Amino acid sequence: MFLKYLSELHGVSGNEKDVRDYIIENIDNNVDSYRVDKIGNLLATKKGKSNPAIKVVLTAHMDEVGLFITEITSEGYLKFQTIGYMDVNILVSKPVIINNSVYGVIGSKAIHLQKPEERKQSFLIDQLYIDIGANSKEEAEKNVKLGDYAGFTTAFTSFGSGFYKGKALDNRAGCAVIMELLKQQYNCDLTTVFTVQEELGLRGSKIISNYLNADLAIVVETTSAMDNQEQDRENWVVELGQGPACSLMDQATIYRPELIKKTIQIAESYGIPLQLREGTAAANDAGNIHLAGAGIPTITISIPCRYIHSMSSVISQSDYTNCIELINLILNNCQEYINLPHRGWEVMK
Amino acid sequence: MTKPHLQLAQETIHLLAGKPGVSGYEYKLFPSLEQTFKPLVDDIYTDNMHNCYAVKNGYASNNQTVMLAAHSDEIGLMVTHIDSKGFIHFSPIGGIDDRTLLYQEVTVHGSRDLPGIISFQPDQTKSDKKKSVKLHQMAIDIGHSSEEAQSLVKPGDIVSINRATLDLLDQTIAGKSLDNRAGITVMAVCLSELNSIKHKHNVIAVTTVQEEVGLRGAQTSTEKLNPTIAVAIDVTHAQTIDAKNQVSIHLGKGPAITIGPNIHPTMHALLTACAQDNNLPYQVQAVAGPTGTDARIIQLSSFGIPTGLLSIPLRYMHTSVETVSLKDVVSCGKLLARFIAALPDDLEDISCS
Repeated sequence: MFLKYLSELHGVSGNEKDVRDYIIENIDNNVDSYRVDKIGNLLATKKGKSNPAIKVVLTAHMDEVGLFITEITSEGYLKFQTIGYMDVNILVSKPVIINNSVYGVIGSKAIHLQKPEERKQSFLIDQLYIDIGANSKEEAEKNVKLGDYAGFTTAFTSFGSGFYKGKALDNRAGCAVIMELLKQQYNCDLTTVFTVQEELGLRGSKIISNYLNADLAIVVETTSAMDNQEQDRENWVVELGQGPACSLMDQATIYRPELIKKTIQIAESYGIPLQLREGTAAANDAGNIHLAGAGIPTITISIPCRYIHSMSSVISQSDYTNCIELINLILNNCQEYINLPHRGWEVMK
Repeated sequence: MTKPHLQLAQETIHLLAGKPGVSGYEYKLFPSLEQTFKPLVDDIYTDNMHNCYAVKNGYASNNQTVMLAAHSDEIGLMVTHIDSKGFIHFSPIGGIDDRTLLYQEVTVHGSRDLPGIISFQPDQTKSDKKKSVKLHQMAIDIGHSSEEAQSLVKPGDIVSINRATLDLLDQTIAGKSLDNRAGITVMAVCLSELNSIKHKHNVIAVTTVQEEVGLRGAQTSTEKLNPTIAVAIDVTHAQTIDAKNQVSIHLGKGPAITIGPNIHPTMHALLTACAQDNNLPYQVQAVAGPTGTDARIIQLSSFGIPTGLLSIPLRYMHTSVETVSLKDVVSCGKLLARFIAALPDDLEDISCS
């Protein structure tokens, strides 16, 4: 299964090579051509059965949040910064792996040595460091250098009744969905784009939006669910197991209502569960893609994810397969997305 | 053929540290303890507290016994209730730092072992980011509905932290429960070494239970054995950059030999002399009162037991990434064996000195 391998590969923003190589290796037989642009985005094209065909873009980011080594102390410990948004408090008492070879741990001062007031404070990043067992700066430098990336060691597994657990499901799940869809040939021409540095502020997609041209773009993402524990309903974004989620608005995109409506129609007519993403926080590559050229009609379909941006995130197996199926149906019916009257126009008539 | 000590130590620590053995539930370690000690000793048995005893007879048994004690338990969690969304709420067992629990993977030992993740539910109304998270803001996600969770998990079930034991650089090892599986590993190295050197006295290595909640296994096992002398083996804080002024013991510079009121002066003197005679590295740790180890209660058992304490330097105690040096474990095991072999014929001499 693509998702297991993708989840366990390391690809912190700026260091997506291993993920990109894995994707290339596994889509090579299913696409007409591919290329890697100058910032590291992977673009692959697959001609449709129709000629002329509708042009559809499918995109997902390859990068994940993680750590970046910024200093080696005189004792041989590694100081680091986070890449992408991570709550520093979740890093404590976790193992990491650097350069796919050197294990380290992020410890914290033992509870016995803490003053009572220390126990009540959350952690600051400058309190934390990685211990790789090196007994000196020299030994550490033989194994790690400034600018190396550290990732987490979580194994991808099935979880509970009908879930998957793993790291980097944001957004290897989106990558895996696109890889599965590339096994099919559609009437439309597909351009699939696997972007870099999304977690650093949609940086990879900034480049592709400079040359992208399409009739429809579908951003495949994961979205924080916030459905855990006895959380009040109004704080939920989406719920796991209730289907993929269609975005309404986020901090970079106001999704066009007629596209949302069409997506709901398709899901309903084929009996695919679909949720509307109730939150408006955060942003994704759609922010750049919907502004490409003269503007590309863009939707975001997300797999709900618990504990996003942690080392152990959880998605629903049925949401994952329903996401693949929904986008499959959208691609089979993509002509319905073309020349949709803008809702404002409808009102004027 | 006996294994080289370093290999034995590495294999033993990997075997033991990966297993769950939360205070009160140490019996889960029995198969691993048997696998560890059976090849090394003459007899092995357990008691109703779940202390485990590995007996190695001396060549001139005069009914004087050297007791070794290393606790087998680790800190963990206990299920308190299951909420309407199927999330598991819990209490700590032992001295847990709440701040080290976020998104830890755990095993809930319900009607079967269930993988779980400790999730965090931020309180929307008061989001003071400077305040540390509290236990009541967390719950374990096991990926089951409330009905399923209620049937699989009951209040009182035990939860252990999942952590693969990792080999770091320079023969350093990191993982959960190295406090005190490192101490048990020291006893294994010691017993292995005693297979190649002659020793007069009977040695009984005890893996004691419930140390983390109050030295309870050490209390009952010492009363049961009434040893002539005893050595406790535990871990002690090793220095890190955030505890420089609080800790003077260093990782990799040999075991700490404790001195102070909790330790019989002759036991300390014999242990340090033995380290010097055998060119084994050691550090001295001066503790001004009762130590936080089994030695505290062993010393006060029966009519008073001359007690020594050897400690393995360990970083990040009571986290799931406790870190020790295998070199310290091996040199501590050797020191303990040489110490036993060099003991006087009559151990009562130690009491009288």
